[in-house]
Amino acid sequence: MATDINRVGTLAKDSNLKQRLFADNLFFWIFRAAAALAILVLLGIFLMLVFNGGRMFWDIGFGEFFFGTVWNPSAYGAEKYGILSMIVSTIFVTLLSMLIAAPLGIGTAAFLADFAPQRLANILKPAIEMLAAVPSVAVGFIGIVLVGPAIASVFGLNNGLNALNGAILLAVMSLPTVITVAQDAIQSVPDSYKEASYAIGANRWETLVKVTLPAAASGIIAALILGTGRAVGETMTVLMATGNATAMPTGLFDSVRTMTATIAIELGEVPFETTHYHSLFAVGAMLFLITLSVNLVAEWIASGYRNRGQ
Amino acid sequence: MQRFTRLKNLALVVIISTNSFFLGCQHTNVETVVIKGSDTEVNLVQELAERFMETDADSSLTITGGGSGFGIASLINRKTDIANSSRPLNSKEKQLIDKQGFRVYPVIFAQDAIAVVVHPKANVSELSLSDIGKIYRGEAKNWKEFGGSDTPISLYGRQSNSGTFVYFREVIVKGEYDATVKQMNGTAQIIEAVKQDAGGIGYVGIGYLLSKKDEVVNGLTPVSLVVEGKPPISPLDKAAILEGRYPLVRPLFQFTNGEPTGKSLKFLRYELSEEGQQIVTKNGYFEINESQKKANNELGIGLN
Repeated sequence: MATDINRVGTLAKDSNLKQRLFADNLFFWIFRAAAALAILVLLGIFLMLVFNGGRMFWDIGFGEFFFGTVWNPSAYGAEKYGILSMIVSTIFVTLLSMLIAAPLGIGTAAFLADFAPQRLANILKPAIEMLAAVPSVAVGFIGIVLVGPAIASVFGLNNGLNALNGAILLAVMSLPTVITVAQDAIQSVPDSYKEASYAIGANRWETLVKVTLPAAASGIIAALILGTGRAVGETMTVLMATGNATAMPTGLFDSVRTMTATIAIELGEVPFETTHYHSLFAVGAMLFLITLSVNLVAEWIASGYRNRGQ
Repeated sequence: MQRFTRLKNLALVVIISTNSFFLGCQHTNVETVVIKGSDTEVNLVQELAERFMETDADSSLTITGGGSGFGIASLINRKTDIANSSRPLNSKEKQLIDKQGFRVYPVIFAQDAIAVVVHPKANVSELSLSDIGKIYRGEAKNWKEFGGSDTPISLYGRQSNSGTFVYFREVIVKGEYDATVKQMNGTAQIIEAVKQDAGGIGYVGIGYLLSKKDEVVNGLTPVSLVVEGKPPISPLDKAAILEGRYPLVRPLFQFTNGEPTGKSLKFLRYELSEEGQQIVTKNGYFEINESQKKANNELGIGLN
């Protein structure tokens, strides 16, 4: 491409054109460098997590780390570095939040795409996107003073600082992502599908459930997976709302401590270059791998429906 | 009463630091002292700092919480001038400090008493120290084992970066905390949680338990402690605390990296002055005793 520009440049004797072509070329490289920088930063983060986290295995075995259920790095007696219960807690809270977010999110997306009058959609859509702008600390605060006590009184518990509380808040936080992506997927279903459905006598409900949603399925799944990625990485909300007990969860109403919360709680106090310090990086690396694979899967599924749409 | 403390702290830090920024533009001789650490101490030190700055216009102090462990780590990593800590240095921290080759000056500027609180519905008003240990190790599950109501025990505590977490483990639990202890962000959160939880138990600094009018916060029962073979002692018994009869009293430290100088030294001396100690008492903490005064004098920081 650069040679093309040079050739054009020599053909045109006009110095003004030369200048413009130079600027064009310059910005091409500036933007290319910016894009490369993003990848370098990602790679740098990953390598830092892996190198720092990897050094933990000088002190602790793989088995103890991945399959140990006790995490107690500042113990009274022997220190324990098992991350199984926090991985289970993270996955448990996240899946639970998707169970809540899926029907709400898909329902809202379908309503916005196919049913809502234009004027209502114009109000609803920005309102939903505003949800994403609520700071996670504020959501966590609502979890402590509102959702927690509500769960406690509905289910007759003594307290509401548990997995369910975290899941409800995460569901609310991932709704904007789920709704926006799912709505795009539903809108990208060609009108001809729906027209064909109406033509053979199906009503709106049948058309939605039997034609539109199945046709948009891959996009909807991608929306849910992206929402999952959002929920896995969320820190402050779960830190405030789930009670942070390190025990292995046995049910909805157990207090849990996720991987993100563990890093946030402990990284501030840990002296550098100790086993504890390295183990927190290892937890971070695990978390990075989880969110990366979640996002890759979502990207892969989403690209499927985008290509088909064309 | 303390629910918004953290937000308030943040706002204050912002205000104090912007102040120092603007003041700094006007006269260049303003000296900034950064203080980080213990959440138990943060409110008290903040008030002391505000009063100190009224008397000393060219100083600017910024105070943040984060836990004793955080303060000490900041001191080791050279990110603070003074570390607030509600516990002594542990052996790992001492090693790291020796490796870096500086001396830490531990100043004791106040004493704090820890109260154990339960929800009134648990119907328990006294517990022995060994019973509380059992409860926090997870060896007892229901309040009826201690003559209370038939309610499952629900444990609340601090996170491992808290000096109170470490102190309570050393003195009471003497083992690992049970894994079902809910680890709260701060003392104020423990109080809010125990108020709502009919089976709740928590440990908090007495400063947080009393309102400004010296009344116990509503909805909590402070537990009287029984040391083997002696009558129970209430955490509200100030005489017992000052005489050292109440078992859960601990010194509050401020550590400096090397000998304190300049404004740091001036501030530490202000805290130890009669005026400083009155502020300590007014905030629900306790003035230092004779042997602590002597220790400060030996460091060359006391007021003799």
